[in-house]
Amino acid sequence: MSINTKIIGRSVPRIDGRDKVTGAAKYTGDIKFPNMLFGKILTSPHAHARIISIDTSAAEALPGVKAVITHKDVPDIKYGISPARWDENIFCIDKVRFVGDKVAAVACTDEETCYKALKLIKVEYEVLPAVLDFRKAMDAGMPQVHDEYPKNINVEIHQEFGDIEKAFKEAHLVRTDAFLGNRAYQSPIEPHSATSLWDGDKLTVYSSTQSPHYFQYYIAREFGMDMGNVRVVKPYVGGGFGGKMEPTGLEFAGAVLAKLTGRPVRMFFDRHEMFAHNRGRHAQYMEITTGVTKDGKILGAHSNFMMDGGAYTSLGIATAYYAGALLPLTYEFDHYKFDLFRLYTNLPACGAQRGHGAPQPKYAFESHLDNVATELGIDPMDIRILNARRPETVTPNDFAIHSCELTQCLTRARIISNWDAKKKEGGMPKGHGIGVSTGSFVSGAGYPIYRTDLPHSAVVIKVNEDGTSATLYTGAPDIGQGSDTVLCQMAAEAMGFHYEKMKIIAADTETCPMDLGAYASRLTLMTGAACKSAGEEIKKSLLEMASSMLHLPPDDLECEDAIIYSKSRDGKALTFQEVARKHFVLKGPLIGKGSYNPPKLGGKFKGSPVGTSPAYSFGVQVGEVKIDEETGEIEAVGFWDVHDCGTVVNPRLLHGQVHGALSMGMGESVWEEVLFDDEGRIKNPDLANYRILTALDMPPVESEIVESYEDIAPWGVKEIGEGSTNPTMGCFSNAIYDAMGVRVYSLPLSYEKVWRALKEKREREHGGKE
Amino acid sequence: MNTIQDKEGVKRYMLSLTVNGDPHTVVVKANTTLSQVLRNELALTGTKQGCELGDCGSCTVLMDGKPVNSCMVLALEAEGREVTTIEGVAEGAKLSDLQESFVNHGAVQCGYCSPGMVLSAKALLARNPHPSELEVREAISGNLCRCTGYVHIVEAILAVSEGRTTPPEEANAGGEA
Ligand code: FES
Ligand code: FES
Repeated sequence: MSINTKIIGRSVPRIDGRDKVTGAAKYTGDIKFPNMLFGKILTSPHAHARIISIDTSAAEALPGVKAVITHKDVPDIKYGISPARWDENIFCIDKVRFVGDKVAAVACTDEETCYKALKLIKVEYEVLPAVLDFRKAMDAGMPQVHDEYPKNINVEIHQEFGDIEKAFKEAHLVRTDAFLGNRAYQSPIEPHSATSLWDGDKLTVYSSTQSPHYFQYYIAREFGMDMGNVRVVKPYVGGGFGGKMEPTGLEFAGAVLAKLTGRPVRMFFDRHEMFAHNRGRHAQYMEITTGVTKDGKILGAHSNFMMDGGAYTSLGIATAYYAGALLPLTYEFDHYKFDLFRLYTNLPACGAQRGHGAPQPKYAFESHLDNVATELGIDPMDIRILNARRPETVTPNDFAIHSCELTQCLTRARIISNWDAKKKEGGMPKGHGIGVSTGSFVSGAGYPIYRTDLPHSAVVIKVNEDGTSATLYTGAPDIGQGSDTVLCQMAAEAMGFHYEKMKIIAADTETCPMDLGAYASRLTLMTGAACKSAGEEIKKSLLEMASSMLHLPPDDLECEDAIIYSKSRDGKALTFQEVARKHFVLKGPLIGKGSYNPPKLGGKFKGSPVGTSPAYSFGVQVGEVKIDEETGEIEAVGFWDVHDCGTVVNPRLLHGQVHGALSMGMGESVWEEVLFDDEGRIKNPDLANYRILTALDMPPVESEIVESYEDIAPWGVKEIGEGSTNPTMGCFSNAIYDAMGVRVYSLPLSYEKVWRALKEKREREHGGKE
Repeated sequence: MNTIQDKEGVKRYMLSLTVNGDPHTVVVKANTTLSQVLRNELALTGTKQGCELGDCGSCTVLMDGKPVNSCMVLALEAEGREVTTIEGVAEGAKLSDLQESFVNHGAVQCGYCSPGMVLSAKALLARNPHPSELEVREAISGNLCRCTGYVHIVEAILAVSEGRTTPPEEANAGGEA
């Protein structure tokens, strides 16, 4: 279905572009207050140790040190972004649980004094044996990370839908493959920081956050304050990707230090501390079994996973459910079993990274599906087309799918990547391989992170009194993905106004109506829906006003391009500006408001809310790689991404999301991995040794959209930001497999692993000949 | 260079440099970096600090026209030099072609890498007005961007080298409407 819009569908330039290219854009760490202090957190040098004593006296005596705090100075209420397991304290009380766990904090007149003061805090530890390998965390005799959670089990999931045994019995082939994932880190280029200041009983925190609302909620809860007395402001944020979803010690410690000193306190992480705070991608061990018919139709699947949670829960319970819950989205089968253990280890806590729990399991499933296809002698593209989900279907775990153009995406990807020609014998140069993978993701989570009946998104639009501009007030945080721009496009569209005349005030809990935040790819659909209602309310008020000015019934009037005209009579027209001004004079401020609550979604079983969404995006990636047999070096020769993301609001921004997701996915496929030594210390906590893509590494990419319309969403929109990460690792894995004829079963698919796999293959073949 | 000593015997130096055409004199320590002077002393916070280890390039500024990681340059090395920061790229309210092109091509997402990117690109085009795509990629390879996959950044820079600041055709590429 095609829709008639003026502003939606246009690549308007970003509303914040000018600020960002001139250096005018202020990020949290750029904001300075008179009399401001600087604060740093002291962290644990041990992976697991009992705290015997903390002596802060020498630090306190250092000139320039204004306050030193430990667990004694802060509330001892446990917190965590996920109410399912509150297991973190602001500062450790009895034990430290990873290298980097938070122990104390200082506020000083300058940064340099902070570092000196941290060195002067004496902490006596009794070092304990640590759990460093999640696959052994449940074993008898392993140390306990948290006494409350026996066998280091943070969460365990056992779900079965349909009858998996029956499906396997009826299958022509039942195959199991096992894969190991890597710990990746979001690595936004802007380090986290937070500046706290008090005005009487009111606390204001400027923070590089993806969710001012959750920060406000948890800060208020921790300090026993009314939410109305906590103001969280998000200045410009330099990327999040899931890593800035939950309050860090920076907000909590900063608030206490600011209170004690009566001065604003800026707290910040350096790059190493970012890696230690982590909340990045969980490493997962993934065993996948499917039963298929002779033709390759999937009858049922069993996912059996373990995940490395690190020392705390973070968003990990949701991650754990997501890991298995999203797997049945792209292919249709009736029988599904999902088992998982998320384990505590003495390593930095893992959380939600772009795509949340889904990308690694997707890598495993897509690699496994190619193994199945090979065994059956079916083309990888064909087996996917055969099993591809269709619109208006329901997954075995009760997710209702409406729009779904996966088949169209596959068919189109096949054409633009020249798949068939390349798959023929000699269709590609030696050393080349081509692989395909699918993906799907939620367009916003069906349920909030903590239980509440507040709407998920709410906005207000206020038209300026002279009608020359309108301001959108929204709690939605733009962290780089472009929501400020897209939401202004949607607001202007609904009002019949001009995008160029929109202003926005966003992500400030005091001046804006609430929004749950930038996660689960939710803003375009959910906050977009609120913008639509608010804009339509404005249009309605304007048309009523114009009706009395023109002496025509309101239903005969329309507003487009800031012109209000009669649908039936030529020549009768007024400008948006004059009618809006008249409204202000006669009726007061011209305001529109809107809010969004998703419909009730999902099944009735335990964990059923995770993965529900009003709508799902679908996408396909094809990648062509070239492998150097001598060195194992992998070169990405070309990439094709075809997406069904409903109506596109801003094509240029959308393709930018695909490019960014692909670059992150490619990094995780080939290079990225946080490494630890045998005492749990990070070996590569910097951007030289944790290698993210440079401009030289990025392959040529073609990004395409298929026509699709989501009935349940405003203007038919769906998500793009996270779903486009889902296929990438599987795509790389399959392309490398196609090039080499052997598979590497663990991420990252590093040059070294590829080289070893090739060497072993040669030795096997050589051995065979002898 | 004039020096003074503080109470603890730490030497301070009086440093004179030109930033975006303006002369400045500041007092620094031997270990003060150029990025610290720009951000803390001169309040030019457009220069970002993503790592302070020389890895990310978000602190890129031009020193006598050459791009440097200002977190890796001691402030004292800037004595008598001309520094250009992102605040000095536009001409008053008018964006430079590169800035205009970055905005129009969607080369900016979170924007944290953008000041450094624009300055690396400016230095490139000054020494090589018609670079190849590979030369563009090489010139910005020290500027990490986690958001864009560099695709639109490279397009934006190449466009300026061809005398454009907007994409060739934009209308509804891939969109509906
Ligand atoms: S801050 Fe200077 S290179 Fe990263
Ligand atoms: S735009 Fe975010 S790091 Fe480049």
